[in-house]
Amino acid sequence: MNQESDVLLEVRDLKKHYVLSKRTVFGRREVLRAVDGISFSLRRGETLGLVGESGCGKTTTGKCIVRLIEPTSGQISLEGEDVVGASPDRIREIRKQMQIIFQDPYSSLNPRMTVGQIVGEPFAIHGICAGKERRQRVEALIDRVGLTRDSYTRFPHEFSGGQRQRVGIARALALNPKLVVCDEPVSALDVSIQAQVLNLMVQLQKESGLTYLFISHGLSAVKHISRRVGVMYLGKLVELGETEALFSSPLHPYTEALMSAIPRPDPDIVRERVLLEGDATDSNHPPSGCPFHARCRYRMAVCENEEPAWRDLGGGHFAACHLR
Amino acid sequence: MMYADDGAQPMAPLLEIENLRVTFDGEDGEVTAVNGVTLSVGQGETVALVGESGCGKSMTALSVLRLVPAPLGAIRGGSVRFAGEELLMKTVEQMQEIRGRDIAMIFQEPMTSLNPVFTCGDQIMEAITRHRVVSKREAREQAVEMLRLVGIPMPERRLYEYPHQLSGGMRQRVMIGMALCCAPKLLIADEPTTALDVTIQAQILDLLRTLKRKIGMAILLITHDLGIVAEVAERVVIMYAGEVVEEAPVRSLFKKPAHPYTRGLLGSVPKLDRKEEELKTIPGNVPSLKSMPSGCRFHPRCPNARSLCAKAAPALLEIGEGQRVACWLYGLPSDREGVETL
Ligand SMILES: Nc1ncnc2c1ncn2[C@@H]1O[C@H](COP(=O)(O)OP(=O)(O)O)[C@@H](O)[C@H]1O
Ligand SMILES: Nc1ncnc2c1ncn2[C@@H]1O[C@H](COP(=O)(O)OP(=O)(O)O)[C@@H](O)[C@H]1O
Ligand code: SF4
Ligand SMILES: [Mg+2]
Ligand SMILES: [Mg+2]
Repeated sequence: MNQESDVLLEVRDLKKHYVLSKRTVFGRREVLRAVDGISFSLRRGETLGLVGESGCGKTTTGKCIVRLIEPTSGQISLEGEDVVGASPDRIREIRKQMQIIFQDPYSSLNPRMTVGQIVGEPFAIHGICAGKERRQRVEALIDRVGLTRDSYTRFPHEFSGGQRQRVGIARALALNPKLVVCDEPVSALDVSIQAQVLNLMVQLQKESGLTYLFISHGLSAVKHISRRVGVMYLGKLVELGETEALFSSPLHPYTEALMSAIPRPDPDIVRERVLLEGDATDSNHPPSGCPFHARCRYRMAVCENEEPAWRDLGGGHFAACHLR
Repeated sequence: MMYADDGAQPMAPLLEIENLRVTFDGEDGEVTAVNGVTLSVGQGETVALVGESGCGKSMTALSVLRLVPAPLGAIRGGSVRFAGEELLMKTVEQMQEIRGRDIAMIFQEPMTSLNPVFTCGDQIMEAITRHRVVSKREAREQAVEMLRLVGIPMPERRLYEYPHQLSGGMRQRVMIGMALCCAPKLLIADEPTTALDVTIQAQILDLLRTLKRKIGMAILLITHDLGIVAEVAERVVIMYAGEVVEEAPVRSLFKKPAHPYTRGLLGSVPKLDRKEEELKTIPGNVPSLKSMPSGCRFHPRCPNARSLCAKAAPALLEIGEGQRVACWLYGLPSDREGVETL
C-alpha cells in the first residue's frame, strides 16, 4: 500500500484565532491564536497522540477537525475529501465518520436520558434504525464496551467515572466512525480505571480498525497508546515523530523538558531534570521568533527573531528548532 | 522504625494518628469515610498518603486540623497526637493557634485558600501577623522574602497583585509561601500539583524538596500519582476504601509491594521505559461507602482472595523492616477456624 492512500486525515496549516472583546492600546481587538498554523496527517488505523500544556490548543485542534468549531483558515481533508468547504449535506455525512469523546463524560451525557437512549441517540439523529433493531444494536454496543446489559435502562448518575466513559465510547462508536478524536478521555479517572479504559480503546481499535487522535496532557497514557506523538506549544506543533524516538531522543528542547518532568514510579532512577523557568505566556501576544525561546536553555540570538521552520529531520521525525 | 541521621536515636513521631474514624451523615444513614486509620509522620520526614479518589485521604488530613466539614461529617473516634499532644482534645481557640503556626495545609486548588478580594501581599502579611507580633514593615519585608523563597520573580511587585492575576503555578507558590511563613513543623499538602501542568509540577515538587531541606519541616503529601511518591517520599501509606492497607519505606514499596491492591496500582501505571501490549488492571470499581464489602474490603477485586477474605478483616501486620500490610496472605487469624479456610 502506498503512503498516500494510507492517509485518513490530512490537516494543513490549520489556524483558529479568537478575536477577544478586550482592546489593545491601539484600539484594535486582541486576537488569541489558539491554534496557529499546524500540519499533520493521520494514517488509517493508527493512534496519533497530541500532548502539550493546558491552553496550548489541543482541544481547539480536535474540535476543528470534527467540525464542532469553524477553523479560521487551513485545510482538513478526510480520505481526500475537503471537510472545511464541503456542502451542508456532505458535512452531515462526513460527521458520521468522525466522532469525539471528552474528558468529563458526565457533562456530555444528558442526565435525564437512560444509557440506552444516550447510546442510541446517534441512530435517532441520523434516522438510521428504530424499534427492535435499534435496541439490539445499542445492546451490542453496550456489550462491546464492557457494560452489563441492565445498563440499558439506567441513568448516568448511577455509574462511576470509568463506566460513564464507557457509555461515551459506546455512543461514539454507534455510527461506525473511521476517526475518533479522544480529548483527555482518561485524565479524570483513577489509574486502575484508566488502565481498563485504555485497554478497551486498544481492543476496539484492533476489532474495527479505528483511527484515534488521542489528546492528553498525561504523557504515560499517550506513550502507551500512540504510535506517533505530536507536541504542541502555544498553538504550534514543535515536534512530531514515532513514539519511541520522541520519548527516547526528543529533538525539540520543549519536548526534552516535558519528558524529563514526568515523575517516574521508580525511586532508584536518578536523572538530570531539565527544570523550565516560568510558564507559557499568553498566545495572544506571540513572542517573535521561536514560541519557546523565552524558556529555552539553548536559546541563540536567531531564536528570538526568526521562527524556526517545521521540517522533516529524517524518517518522518518533524521538529521546528534552530538547533537542528 | 525511623531513625535520625546518626542512625542511633529513634526519632519521636511528630504526628501520630491512631485508629481514626470519620463518618458522614447521608440521606440513607451514616457512612464511614475513614475507618480506623493509623499512621505517623516523623520529624522532618516526608510521608506520602496514596489511594484512589474517595478512599479517605483528604478526610484523614482534614481531621489532623479538625477541619472535617461539620455538621454532616464528624470525627467519631481515635486519636491524633502532634508533638505528643492530643489534638482531638484541644479547644477551638487552641486549634486556631496550631493551624498555620505548627501545622499548615495546602490544597489542590489554591483559590480555596486564597481570598480573591485581597492582594497576595495582604494575605501573606495577615498570615504572618496572625501568629507573631511584628510591625507592619517587618511583615511586609518577610512577605517579600517568602515570595522570593518560593521562587516568585519580582516579589515586591507581586505583593500588590490579586490571586486571579497570577498563573496557576504562581498561585500555588503563593499558597505555599503563605503556608510556610510561620515555619510550621508539619506541612500537609493535599494533591498540591494535580491541577498543574507537568513542567510546573516539576517546579513545585522541586520547591517543596528545597524548602524541606532548608526549613526541616515534615510533609504529609497526599497524592494518587505513584511517580510523585517515588520522587519525594521517604515512606508511603496506601489507603483503600477508608483503611490503610500497606505502609512501607519508599524503596520497599516499589521493589517488593506486598498488598495485592498496591501491586495492582503499580501494575496499572503505563510504563515509560518499556512497551506493554496490555496494561494490568484492577477489575471492578472502588466500592461505595454505602455498600462496603465484608471482610477485607478489597476482596471482590483481589486476584488472591480466598474464602476467609470475605469473612474477616485482616489487621496491619509487620512483615519486614518498616513494612506493614493488612492482608491474609501474610498472616493467619488468631482464631483457629480461619486457618483451614486459608
Ligand atoms: N471560545 C473561545 N474564546 C476565546 N478563547 C478560547 C476559546 N476556546 C479556547 N480559547 C483559548 O484558546 C487556547 C487554547 O485552548 P484549548 O484548545 O482548550 O487548549 P488545551 O486543550 O490544549 O488546553 C487557550 O488559551 C484558550 O483559553
Ligand atoms: N461533604 C461530604 N458529605 C458526604 N460524604 C463525603 C463528604 N466529603 C467526603 N465524603 C465522602 O468521604 C469519602 C472520603 O472522601 P475524601 O477523604 O475526600 O477522599 P479522597 O481525598 O481520598 O479522594 C468519600 O467517599 C466521599 O464520598
Ligand atoms: S528554536 Fe531556539 S529557542 Fe526554540 S527550542 Fe530551538 S533552541 Fe530553543
Ligand atoms: Mg483541552
Ligand atoms: Mg482528596
